[in-house]
Amino acid sequence: MTKKPAPSKKPEVAGYNARQAPINAKLGQDELIALYRDMVRIRRFEERCLRSYQQGKIGGFLHLYIGQESIAVGVVSVMGKNDHIITAYRDHGHALAVGMGMNEMMAENYGKYTGCSKGKGGSMHYFDPSRNFWGGHGIVGGQIPLGTGLAYALKYKGLKGCALAFMGDGAVNQGAVHESYNLAALWSLPVIFVIENNGYSMGTSQERSSAGPSLAQRAEGYGMNWDIIENGHDVLEVRDKVAAAIKLAHDKSLPSVLEIRTCRYRGHSVADPDTTYRDKKEIEEYKATKDPLMVFQHQLLAEKTLTDEVIAKIDEAARAEAETSAQFAEASPFPTFEDIQKDVYWEADNPADRKSQGTLFFN
Amino acid sequence: MPVITYREALRHAMSEEIERDPNVVLMGEEVAQFNGAYKISDGMLAKYGPKRIVDTPISEAGFIGLGVGAAMLGLRPVMELMFFSFYSVAFDQIFNNAANIRYMSGGLINCPIVIRGPANGGTNVGATHSHTPESIAAYHPGIKVVVPSNAYDAKGLMKSAIRDNDPVMFLENTILYGESMEVPDGEYLVPLGQASILREGKDLSIIGHGRAIQMALKAADLLKEKHNISAEVIDLRSIRPLDEETILNSVKKTNRALYVEESKPFCSVGAMVAAIISDKAFDYLDAPVKRLNSIDAPAIYSMPLEKLQLPNVDRIYQAALETLK
Repeated sequence: MTKKPAPSKKPEVAGYNARQAPINAKLGQDELIALYRDMVRIRRFEERCLRSYQQGKIGGFLHLYIGQESIAVGVVSVMGKNDHIITAYRDHGHALAVGMGMNEMMAENYGKYTGCSKGKGGSMHYFDPSRNFWGGHGIVGGQIPLGTGLAYALKYKGLKGCALAFMGDGAVNQGAVHESYNLAALWSLPVIFVIENNGYSMGTSQERSSAGPSLAQRAEGYGMNWDIIENGHDVLEVRDKVAAAIKLAHDKSLPSVLEIRTCRYRGHSVADPDTTYRDKKEIEEYKATKDPLMVFQHQLLAEKTLTDEVIAKIDEAARAEAETSAQFAEASPFPTFEDIQKDVYWEADNPADRKSQGTLFFN
Repeated sequence: MPVITYREALRHAMSEEIERDPNVVLMGEEVAQFNGAYKISDGMLAKYGPKRIVDTPISEAGFIGLGVGAAMLGLRPVMELMFFSFYSVAFDQIFNNAANIRYMSGGLINCPIVIRGPANGGTNVGATHSHTPESIAAYHPGIKVVVPSNAYDAKGLMKSAIRDNDPVMFLENTILYGESMEVPDGEYLVPLGQASILREGKDLSIIGHGRAIQMALKAADLLKEKHNISAEVIDLRSIRPLDEETILNSVKKTNRALYVEESKPFCSVGAMVAAIISDKAFDYLDAPVKRLNSIDAPAIYSMPLEKLQLPNVDRIYQAALETLK
């Protein structure tokens, strides 16, 4: 059994109840159900992805977000119109949370032209700038300077917004992440670095990869605000704590590091049999007591926001939506041979506006 | 026409574009308060203020990546690398992020960034500071690469690069920074991908880029003077896009080609150009395409040896004679 990460230096406020936090207390029935529905949709979509992967329909890697749904849904639910989001390769949850459709996502996984990146990016590389979603990035920590740059551009343009730059716990030892921390703190950029800490950087536990008492506390070295969300499975606690960091970014243009404790139920990717580096009991315990969907479902049932009937309907609809997306992906065409060389250069795709001359492609 | 240096030409280009477009920002180590490690941005902080001229910490992966992210959201950052050699510290940000973001997003995202700085040897700073990565940069689809060899081109290409919607690697040369020539006042653009015929000739095409092609002009003088050989000298100016037409037209006329450049020989721009010539003008060739590069070793520090390692007028002259044998 791996040693648990050290607890937060900041003790929980006695009697803290995320449900009573102002940002959550005001939520109406429809909004609460929408949060629940989004988490269910992510899980059902990914379960359907897994089946397609096992059927050989999806190539490469498939990094499942199952177990972590409360984070993407909670964070996105408190974002405003000038708030932007960028993440790594475990990106399905964030994409669905910002409103991307299952069809375009599943089609992307199938390598089809109807995919969100026309089949050019795959599961790790979803983008939708029209929804302020900037990917979907494959190199651990490589997206963090980009997220810092989004925040820089927002500040430069005088927009009241922020960038939420997500990474896993495996990213925190990358130089690019620390360089980004420094730039963000040095220039007071409105960026929130969100560490989704599921305890394992691929198959290496936190204690075997990261020095120091906690990942978030490293922010102190840069004079940055930081916090640890111990109950990352609680979508309402995620909302409350992230909203506070967003407010700090909006009102004072200050960066934060938020470490959100969570658990991924599956291996690093589907290719990881998950048998060598952690005890199955660890996951079973989490599922039994902290499953984000179950915890929220029970809470909403207890307060009579949800009924068993509505729960069943949501589940059925999510399964049907996921199944439809698989059918859509299956029926969609692959990109053509000619598509290989499209979307490489803006100028090549916009020949009427091309200013340069000469050869761009060499075959 | 005013005579200005390559350095001033770059400064004029960046200044004009900063005045023209509020989204253009110059960032890099020592570009602002220090007035530029090589004084390219001398006086720009005083004139344009700290919002447009931004000092960064020594943190290439961080600030280049930040520039890429800012470009995604609509800024047009011009990022100075104090030495282009430091690109290797930011390799992932340049070649995974800037180069691929348009492709991986299926064309949804652009990255209008310019990454510029001196990429040359010859200043006795050793191997770590003397890289010439034009072929490495041009290897990556999605990236454009330009290498101006004189002040006129430096200004016109820089203005085009800043307005370009694709990421552009702009490779300068510290030894050329002080070289002067007549440059028109005010607005003009040199398009990317258009080679410049520095001298017309009929016996041999000397093609190349960067400071080496300026040396080739002197070698061409010697060829004329000593052997009455008429060499055509072509400066590519832009590596990607590449002006194949001008290269091939010249070779079809002269039937012989020599490529000169400061890069190391393996997988160099000259290797690519030689392959293109043999593909598309093989029947016109009277001799194999010859290439003249730096001697194939890391850049040596020792002053007299470094001069010998780099292309120089004599080495170019000798290589040309061999091509004509």
